[in-house]
Amino acid sequence: MGMALLEVRDLSVVFRRRGEEPTIAVDNISFDVEPGQTVGLVGESGCGKSVTSLAIMGLLPSRGAEVSGSVTFEGEQLLGLSQRQLDERRGRDLGMVFQDPLSSLNPVVPIGLQITEVLERHRRMSRKEAKVEGEHLLNRVGIPDPNRRLDEYPHQLSGGMRQRALIAIALACRPRLLIADEPTTALDVTIQAQILSLLSELVSGTDTALIMITHDLGVVAGLCDEVNVMYGGRIVERAQRHALFAEPRHPYTHGLLASIPRLDAPRGEKLVPIRGSVVDNIAWSRGCAFAPRCPNQLEQCWSDPPELVEDRGGMLRCHNPVEVAPLAAEGTR
Amino acid sequence: MTSSRATKIDRLASVAARGPEFEVGPDGQGSPNGHDAGVSLAVSAWRRLRRNPVFIVGAVMIGLFVLLAVLAPFIAPHDPALRLLEDQVSRANNEIPPPQDGYPLGGDQYGRDLFSRMLLGSQQTLLVAALATVIGLGGGLVLGTLAGAFGGWVDSVVMRIVDVLLSIPSLLLAVSIGALFAEQSQFTVILAVAIVQIPIFARLLRGTMLSVRESDHVLAAKALGVKRRAIVFRHILPNSLGPVIVQSTLVLAIAVLDAAALSFLGLGAADDSTPEWGQMLGNAQDFFDSQPHLAFWPAGCIIVVALGFTLVGESMREALDPRQRR
Repeated sequence: MGMALLEVRDLSVVFRRRGEEPTIAVDNISFDVEPGQTVGLVGESGCGKSVTSLAIMGLLPSRGAEVSGSVTFEGEQLLGLSQRQLDERRGRDLGMVFQDPLSSLNPVVPIGLQITEVLERHRRMSRKEAKVEGEHLLNRVGIPDPNRRLDEYPHQLSGGMRQRALIAIALACRPRLLIADEPTTALDVTIQAQILSLLSELVSGTDTALIMITHDLGVVAGLCDEVNVMYGGRIVERAQRHALFAEPRHPYTHGLLASIPRLDAPRGEKLVPIRGSVVDNIAWSRGCAFAPRCPNQLEQCWSDPPELVEDRGGMLRCHNPVEVAPLAAEGTR
Repeated sequence: MTSSRATKIDRLASVAARGPEFEVGPDGQGSPNGHDAGVSLAVSAWRRLRRNPVFIVGAVMIGLFVLLAVLAPFIAPHDPALRLLEDQVSRANNEIPPPQDGYPLGGDQYGRDLFSRMLLGSQQTLLVAALATVIGLGGGLVLGTLAGAFGGWVDSVVMRIVDVLLSIPSLLLAVSIGALFAEQSQFTVILAVAIVQIPIFARLLRGTMLSVRESDHVLAAKALGVKRRAIVFRHILPNSLGPVIVQSTLVLAIAVLDAAALSFLGLGAADDSTPEWGQMLGNAQDFFDSQPHLAFWPAGCIIVVALGFTLVGESMREALDPRQRR
């Protein structure tokens, strides 16, 4: 494979609070991102996907969060860099798009200044050059009349336009890696599709790699090359997009797919939800965290934690994977 | 009542006419009237203020007061320092010049024109209140920003100092500071009143900065590698100023009262040729039994001005409070 753009090895994040049991938010996860590749991190709320992204960016609070393992970007170890050193890379090499476009923009500063700020900081542009470039960027992300928008405040833009502006800001310095943390969750469905196609359009054909963090398998289906399914802080399945949708191996992935409505399903067919909720999890040290909710559970699942092993070209962490794939067609939308 | 209902119906009708394409983003149109779709905090606060009778009453009171202070030198009939009616003063009989032609309020115990002194006293009061608030605000901004931006031990040190200052009753603290100076003047009054306000501003600003520091847009700015200085001064501080601005209008009222109290207690300017309401009130207390009007006028003015600032401050606080937004 050669050297990947981003190599995450045995990354763990533990939150410690005085007088409380430490919480293991991310538990020994490893994955690679190649230049130009789009990698999905999928899972339900609380599975550790956002914490993973914050750990890569070095944005977790220094007190309370214990990060271990290794994150190398272009061969350079990111963990353990000082905030000052990280500031040189964040925004220039590593970009991030957040979930809520309104609260992620500074309400009292015009959009234009929030773009030029980054350009002046990392690309050493003058105020004037930065303004021209900012206009160009807003135009590229499909914001009409960019010259006027530069002087407007976030509350004067619609939700979709705010997210476009955030993407423009994140891509301003042409980062090598863009992390999008649920970039469409706060948007209307129609706008969601537009934002996703914008993202893939901006990323495809360039060197920029994209880590897509989402709970929405529809997003994954449309965008990602490779998908990591996370559960309880660990990766439980990794597969190429086609393989994942055609042949989900882990019962959790299978359950996620079965709980999504499909256009080609017979009318009146009921959705199959996954039983229980995350609070039912058992600790990975005791067995498989998903066991209490798993339809395929064995005796072994409650006592013997499964390892992540190679499986049909991907990776899988399960004692009793789903054998037959009842989902005939690939894709969900 | 009926008119407000009519405007409400009008508004509904206009929203209905614009239809659901209110928030169409990327098709190129934007919201049909982009400046109305989202209304900034300041604009919506101003809209609510404009209709609030409490604010209007307070604003009119302050407006008149400021106007008086500006025009005082031109409309005052006499020089407030000249003892024009000295011949009518009789210490022994407790006699003070009564209201007469050209002297609508009569004279004070030295035979100076009371009306002119009242008019020019407004200048001093405005000056003291404004300067004390500005100095207090400035000091509070510096200390609060230090504590809120650095956190850690800087925060602890600054906040302990603030706690100590706050544990002393404000007037007692102001009196102590005023008494520290060898020579009392109007300036020492300003300084004493201002120093008392610094910890209040500092604590308020530090609190809001700490909460803004945790907000999403600050995290987003950090994710862009924005330098710490820019994060503090561009992203945290401007978003934390709202409560401080409201507090400063309330502090104007407190400053008027505190300054009057200090002058009343004899910590004001030693030279009383420049009239000041608190000082006039203090001088009047010897004649309170026989000549209550000497105390009534300055006391009444102090009350009205302080009330005006309080009304404006309170209505601003209400208008800027997001929980009150409808």
